[in-house]
Amino acid sequence: MKMRNSKPILLVEDDSVDAMTVKRALKDLKVTNQLVRSANGEEALVYLRNDTNSSPCVILLDLNMPRMGGIEFLKIAKADDKLRKIPVIVLTTSRDDRDKVESFQLSVAGYIVKPVDYKKFTEAIRIIELYWTLSELPDTEQEHNYENIQADTAR
Amino acid sequence: MRTSKPILLVEDDNVDAMTVQRALKDLKVANQLVVQANGEEALLYLRNKADRMPCVILLDLNMPKMGGIEFLKIAKADEMLKTIPVVVLTTSKSDRDKVESFDLCVAGYIIKPTDYQKFVEAIRTVNLYWTLSELPTNGG
Repeated sequence: MKMRNSKPILLVEDDSVDAMTVKRALKDLKVTNQLVRSANGEEALVYLRNDTNSSPCVILLDLNMPRMGGIEFLKIAKADDKLRKIPVIVLTTSRDDRDKVESFQLSVAGYIVKPVDYKKFTEAIRIIELYWTLSELPDTEQEHNYENIQADTAR
Repeated sequence: MRTSKPILLVEDDNVDAMTVQRALKDLKVANQLVVQANGEEALLYLRNKADRMPCVILLDLNMPKMGGIEFLKIAKADEMLKTIPVVVLTTSKSDRDKVESFDLCVAGYIIKPTDYQKFVEAIRTVNLYWTLSELPTNGG
């Protein structure tokens, strides 16, 4: 099983235990996409803006993080022509209405409150995976693939 | 869906609209389905305060008068409307349509399966996802 394409999933999460739980759920669900983790919004922007990194298929975004939280990250990413296309799914413990409204104002493609129970958490990840396998994704890596083909032909 | 608000379907083809209605019924999705035939009609519906705001918008792309991309450009620039998740539901496999839609921050882009069973399965997944996901609470 994997998302619609084989690009990595970017998880922006400061909590190591939560990051491990996502990793474990993806493994249990046999999702083959690589999981790349950034510990806050700032690190995620550095990752996304480095052209040598492969651009993720989707971003799973925590909100409460030190240095740069999820909302601030969204404000920057959604104002950036290269990054705004990537679907961002908020994955948080916050049930705060203001967080929900602000996230949707910044055009998130989903807002999921992390279930504490591991079985329910896996079920949530399963539904996310199912939806983003059904949905098409923007092919932002086309030039990248083209370069790979060029490199292969040159060999 | 997570809320009891209606689902807004923007679709010019009556047969396709009937298929969505039938799939929702077969899946026992209780949300009301409101159908508008193009982007212009959808904007009129969304801007009329007497109408109930939808939980999500299912948007076709190729429509007369105002197509899906033009609708998205207007809706995503409107403070009141930009919070509503828009899921593209189209027959278009064009890369340009996909990139333009995601540039306008759609919350999904689904190519309509022609087979009814597969279509029901797609709607089932859309319903599961938007039942799991929270929705902005404004617009009652």
